[in-house]
Amino acid sequence: MKIRTLLGVLVVPAFLLTACGSDDDSTASTPEDNGSETGQNDDGDADDAEPNGDAATDGDGGSLTVYSGRSEELVGPIIERFEAETGIEVAVSYGDTAEKAAQILDEGPNSPADVFFGQDAGALGALSAADVLAPLSDEQLGQVEDEYRSAEGDWVGVSGRARVVVYNTDNLNEDDLPDTINGLTDPEWEGRIGWAPTNGSFQAFVTALRVVEGDDAARDWLEAMQDNGTQSYEKNGPIVDAVASGEIDAGLVNHYYLYPRLAEEPDLPAANKFYGDGDPGALVNVAGAGILETSQNPEGAAAFVDYLLSETGQTYFVEETWEFPLVTGMESPEGLPSLDSLTPPAIDLGQLEDLQGTLDLIQQAGIL
Amino acid sequence: MLTTRRLSGRALTTAAVVVAAVALLPAAYVLIRAGEGGVSGAWNVLSQPRTFEVLLNTVGLTAAVTAAAVLLGAPLAWLTVRTDVPARRLLTVLLALPLALPSYVAAYAYVSFLGPRGLLQGWLEPLGVERLPSIYGFWGAWFVLTVISYPYVFLTVRATLRRIDPSAEEASRTLGQSAFATFRRVLIPALRPALASGGLLVGLYTLSDFGAVSMLRFDAFTRVIYIRYGLIDRSGAAVLALLLVALAVVVLIAEMRSRRATAASLHAGSRRVCPQRLGRLRWPAFAAASAVFVVGAALPVSVVCLWLVRGIRAGEPLRLTGELVTNSLQASTLAAVAVVIAAWPIALLAARHQSRTTRMLESASWIGYALPGVVVALGLVSFGARQAPFVYQTMTMVVIAYLVMFLPLAIGPMKASVQQVNPAWEEASRTLGRGSARTFFGVVMPLSRSGVLTGGALVFLTVMKELPATLMLAPPGFSTLATQVWNATSENFYGRAAAPALALVLLASLPTALLAIRDEIRPDKSRRPVEPAPTGPVAPALPEPERVPVGAGSR
Repeated sequence: MKIRTLLGVLVVPAFLLTACGSDDDSTASTPEDNGSETGQNDDGDADDAEPNGDAATDGDGGSLTVYSGRSEELVGPIIERFEAETGIEVAVSYGDTAEKAAQILDEGPNSPADVFFGQDAGALGALSAADVLAPLSDEQLGQVEDEYRSAEGDWVGVSGRARVVVYNTDNLNEDDLPDTINGLTDPEWEGRIGWAPTNGSFQAFVTALRVVEGDDAARDWLEAMQDNGTQSYEKNGPIVDAVASGEIDAGLVNHYYLYPRLAEEPDLPAANKFYGDGDPGALVNVAGAGILETSQNPEGAAAFVDYLLSETGQTYFVEETWEFPLVTGMESPEGLPSLDSLTPPAIDLGQLEDLQGTLDLIQQAGIL
Repeated sequence: MLTTRRLSGRALTTAAVVVAAVALLPAAYVLIRAGEGGVSGAWNVLSQPRTFEVLLNTVGLTAAVTAAAVLLGAPLAWLTVRTDVPARRLLTVLLALPLALPSYVAAYAYVSFLGPRGLLQGWLEPLGVERLPSIYGFWGAWFVLTVISYPYVFLTVRATLRRIDPSAEEASRTLGQSAFATFRRVLIPALRPALASGGLLVGLYTLSDFGAVSMLRFDAFTRVIYIRYGLIDRSGAAVLALLLVALAVVVLIAEMRSRRATAASLHAGSRRVCPQRLGRLRWPAFAAASAVFVVGAALPVSVVCLWLVRGIRAGEPLRLTGELVTNSLQASTLAAVAVVIAAWPIALLAARHQSRTTRMLESASWIGYALPGVVVALGLVSFGARQAPFVYQTMTMVVIAYLVMFLPLAIGPMKASVQQVNPAWEEASRTLGRGSARTFFGVVMPLSRSGVLTGGALVFLTVMKELPATLMLAPPGFSTLATQVWNATSENFYGRAAAPALALVLLASLPTALLAIRDEIRPDKSRRPVEPAPTGPVAPALPEPERVPVGAGSR
């Protein structure tokens, strides 16, 4: 039975084409035919095919298109709240931060995006360098410390993401770990450490390492780590899993990956070690936003950036994503050190856009 | 041939050229981008020893996966068509099911199952197993890609086996040849086209796959290209993508060669073959085939179920809404219809008018299938936003992307179907005073229904799994099951990814099951005068048209 129905469903399109096909085994009509969208224009010039039907029902605030390199899982709720409070309709296109940045560059002057919301200063820096971002207001920039915003004033950090070493608490105490990432090249750690060389946050950290200690030192460190049997992973998440399962003892990750996992499994034997003293391993990168020069709705876009910097927005990042709030005077998430107590390397995050140099270096070290 | 000649008038060729041109859009973008860096820039990328290493990696993986898929898929096809193995129909469906798994889901399931400290190690811990050998790298990627892509070969070979006239085999046995010699000298030559097209699907799938190689950390081109794109060095990435196109062309040429070397004449035999009796081996054979199903589909799906259970226990949201299902179905249905329509001109030409031009058009349609999704997507972003802003980020654009990527999935089976339509019927129709259009709609199309259905089903299930183009080109706010899986896994919420992943696999397995059992369904007694009803091919099999004169081709 089921098969016949299914046959029917799949045959319908074919019969739409034939218009007069033999109707013996086409199971004349299944409940699905009428509902199926096969009648929509699927070729030729389409009208806009907004999934939710009426795109034209703009709220009072008009509509806004956000390209988000942060997943819906993380920022969907806060964007919905923004819509509810302002009446501005937001259409979000989600994806990977670097991909979305590349997409904006490929779209050129016709980019539908009003706002780019990414989770790496490097991608923001690249867009800034390509002159596609509009200057932000002094008021917006002024809410955040200098080091967490663009020197050109065209993007602003919204939340902070610290680099940490996540370690397995069954096998190690925090004090067993060296006080600087340079210590991880010691033979003692052979094959016990994980990293994610293809991950944007890791690459940003290597860029910081280059800025702080120079290319040669950075290359030496990468090679020493590689020679020490450091395990490569695709992303931060799998590193946390590998540490928790004991596959490795410690890994270089962003600080906030651990907490949702702990919420899923409170007994997970893993903890974060925060570095300090200007160690490159203590880089604090940002998730931030910029408004496109070509935006059709600069007021709406500005309202969106304001909202991310507002107390509501900042509180959301503290409570939901375990990131550090960047607006001065906000409290860190519970159980985490305060942002002031972290002493990240003193660099301009805008300098993190030289990813190309970092990639070359990582390749030279034979890691990618 | 008078009628088809009319049919393939200028209009048909024009339509085919238009379709092929659309299919080549992303490749054109890749060329332009690669050119931006100039010759020196391109040389800079090509001359790196690393590039050569990645090339070797990719070629090695593609060859190994294709060979393994053929060695796994073809015997299973024979087992389910020609022997008295128990529960043949059930086995057929089960063995096709791995097609419904997206490579990124299968790969991650295997990582969490077979990882050095994965689930399996946990079970073995009491036995003193501290860690399992690493599954990362070449062997892991090879394993996962093989177990999810062998059904392409399995289905293609099955379709051909069912149509081979057994009399040649019987004659060979009567003449005192052993079973093995018969297999080697009669069956293999007859199956060659099917092995070639199944192998082609697997080979190009491997070339363009990103999910498995990235999860299993194997540096094939797709992964390295992706990394380069991530760095917004698009011209360097494009140079690598060009290499990938070149590889695809090599594979295509190899496939054509192996096809031409064959001259087995197939008869759409409707006579049932006496199944090969397996005797005492019946149940062991059944067990072996079941084991393939377990490894290819049951085990990864069980791992996803485990995430689901864990997620529910932890009170995770399920992240599965009716809207996601509707969106996925909508995208897949639109794509299936559009691709089938677009495939007609090329399929007709390829079936009836083999010429250099036709072969070029047919090969052009394969290029998009061989390119990684992210490259196709960025190519269409660049084209869409600049040249066609009115369709950019509408469903139309997404459907065009699917068309570019999955055209060959429909062309293959449709072409095979058309080849089975006896031209005499068309001529009869024309003689009765019908125009070429009416003849096409009244005779050719109904008779090649099975190819349309097969092609549509293949496209449908493949689009269900598609990720990069959907992410980039869909209207903002349009999520599908696949993008939801990505969304949850990108933040490492595997519990939240489980429900949409299972729904995706379930929806994709319906057309997969359909593909598997289609050729088991007896065609209804059609009221049309049909030639000895061929139960159409089930995958891009290429039956030699019956009109091939004996001795054509080289032996």
